[in-house]
Amino acid sequence: MSDDRLFLSTDQPPTEPAALVDDFTPGLITQANHHLCPGCGEPIAIRAAMEAIEELELAQSTITVFGIGCYTAFAHNLDVEVVQALHGRAPSVATGIKRMLPEGFVLTVQGDGDMVNEGLQEVLHAAARGENITCLLLNNGVFGETGGQMTTTTTLGQRTKTSIEGRDPHQHGHPILLSDLAATMDGSAYVARCAVNNAGNVARTKRYITRAYESQMAGAGFSLVEILTMCPTGWFVDTLDGPEYLQDTLAPVHNIGELKTP
Amino acid sequence: MSERVLIEGSEAMARAAVAAGCRFFTGYPMTPFTELLEHMAALLPEVNGVCMNAESELEAVGMAWGAATTGHLAATGSTGQGLSLMQESLSEITNARLPLVVFNMARGQGDYFQATRGGGHGDYRHIVLAPMDVPEAVELTQKAFAMAGQWRTPVMVLGDYYLGHTYQAVSVPPIHATAPELPDWALNGSTGGSGAAKIMSPLGGGIEGEEGFDLGAHYAACAEHIEAMATGVEPLIDAGFCDDAELVVAAYGSVGKFVRYACLRLRDAGHRVGYIRPITLWPFPSEAVHKAASGSAKVAAYEQNMGQMVDDVRLATMGSVPVEFIGGPSWDHSGFGIGPDINVPDISERILEALT
Ligand SMILES: Cc1ncc(C[n+]2csc(CCOP(=O)(O)OP(=O)(O)O)c2C)c(N)n1
Ligand code: SF4
Ligand SMILES: [Mg+2]
Repeated sequence: MSDDRLFLSTDQPPTEPAALVDDFTPGLITQANHHLCPGCGEPIAIRAAMEAIEELELAQSTITVFGIGCYTAFAHNLDVEVVQALHGRAPSVATGIKRMLPEGFVLTVQGDGDMVNEGLQEVLHAAARGENITCLLLNNGVFGETGGQMTTTTTLGQRTKTSIEGRDPHQHGHPILLSDLAATMDGSAYVARCAVNNAGNVARTKRYITRAYESQMAGAGFSLVEILTMCPTGWFVDTLDGPEYLQDTLAPVHNIGELKTP
Repeated sequence: MSERVLIEGSEAMARAAVAAGCRFFTGYPMTPFTELLEHMAALLPEVNGVCMNAESELEAVGMAWGAATTGHLAATGSTGQGLSLMQESLSEITNARLPLVVFNMARGQGDYFQATRGGGHGDYRHIVLAPMDVPEAVELTQKAFAMAGQWRTPVMVLGDYYLGHTYQAVSVPPIHATAPELPDWALNGSTGGSGAAKIMSPLGGGIEGEEGFDLGAHYAACAEHIEAMATGVEPLIDAGFCDDAELVVAAYGSVGKFVRYACLRLRDAGHRVGYIRPITLWPFPSEAVHKAASGSAKVAAYEQNMGQMVDDVRLATMGSVPVEFIGGPSWDHSGFGIGPDINVPDISERILEALT
């Protein structure tokens, strides 16, 4: 990809100071100036999650439980109540909240390292219990925050810092397809997988998240939306190549679509 | 009105917990903690509370953490290994400034360090109360919930197999007492959309990039709070015959009750022995221990482990008297229950040996 797509070349300094033309920050995001990398998919997913809360008028009953990963930075940027949990432990914390506040709307935000590595038993038990909470999995196939190592969702052949020649099933084992697993549980009501690598997929992400929320509001049981997100930094690809890399690497294995509906 | 009944320790503690306003309990079976979980499962539905048989101790402490954020009084607990699994969360719950009661029904006395040193990562402490018998456990269980709410911190009640399985006649408070009102810091979602939604995090609050978001400042505030507890929590101790004692014997928990009895009998026989039984293990009643030991020639620590509380006794007496360890590990055949050395003749013999 050539650089002229990235930069407007000019020898002259700007003649006018930069001006904010419009602010498209959703109402429930208080601080849009986050620290995540350019081209990261996580802010797009969180944006969709917050817009859906606003649209369903859930802002005043929502408690969002954050895991630990790059997305954790957003715990301090939102205008919904937040509980910060440990790496992997958000579903049990969300369970305690929901059991004491059955009328509340309870959400977790976790990554693949958080939910599928460290906290796999938590999310599966919550699903099996039919816990009436919604879990959002931001799946980029790496530990982004610690610098791009292999997670359990890394696909075969995918190169990471700890699978340098590509993930080899003989050495590194096979990826876990979390949503497929959760969909087999009797306690899960809504399970869907989507991505944020193009406008169509972003719209679909918002749609799936909305359906998951509606399923919790209806008391249907456990809901999970897995969102494939770009991590150009952890993948060691150019910012603009993130969406395509997602399409070629993660999407063929972690298939997009609704896996279970109430 | 409290009702006087013959009751097993774990049931008495469960009733005391519900009477104190506990409305959420969760745990994973492990001897000798299991009965407490069973009694809570039977009692909590009577007051519209929730008891969950968690899938693991990791999830138990997580669920209790979540329940605590809603302002309802929550508790969990376990035994040795299970408590080890919970330490990561217990450390963070302390820094998130959440009230929680943790029942540590230990196997023997090997877990004193785990209980009192803040067994997890990080620079923290929490309050630890060690009852010697069922009536005291009822009292301290209620105190634990009050202290947890007052200080917004985990409070551990450290018991053992002996305490959990002994029947004693005690006055247990009625469980239908109404639960305390929810504190104003509690989460319920309602501040969402206000521009200042609440956040409850072991990493502190504030909006990123704005004033007030400062992890260093949060940890400094946590340290200040621990210091405030260290000096502000009333140290509890049971002591006797120390004024003219040649030897003062220190012991805690159920074992402390046996040591106390041994000292009583030795006094009857004319030996100048006294005893001290710390009840708050953190903060340790250092001043009272120092004072009790000040007239004696020696302090002996009796614990059924390789010597753990003896460190605190040494720190409390600061070299003013020699401190000898006269305990030692003692296990029954199962490793869960009551060590054979928890008997008065054996303890008396060790005390007499230290006296000479
Ligand atoms: C118990 C524990 N182990 C390891 C870590 C270190 N750690 C912090 S973030 C992270 C990776 C998070 O990966 P993921 O959830 O996929 O989020 P991402 O950064 O990719 O968005 C790890 C391993 C931790 N915080 N806690
Ligand atoms: S490392 Fe990856 S997941 Fe983390 S902020 Fe950067 S792009 Fe996003
Ligand atoms: Mg990740």
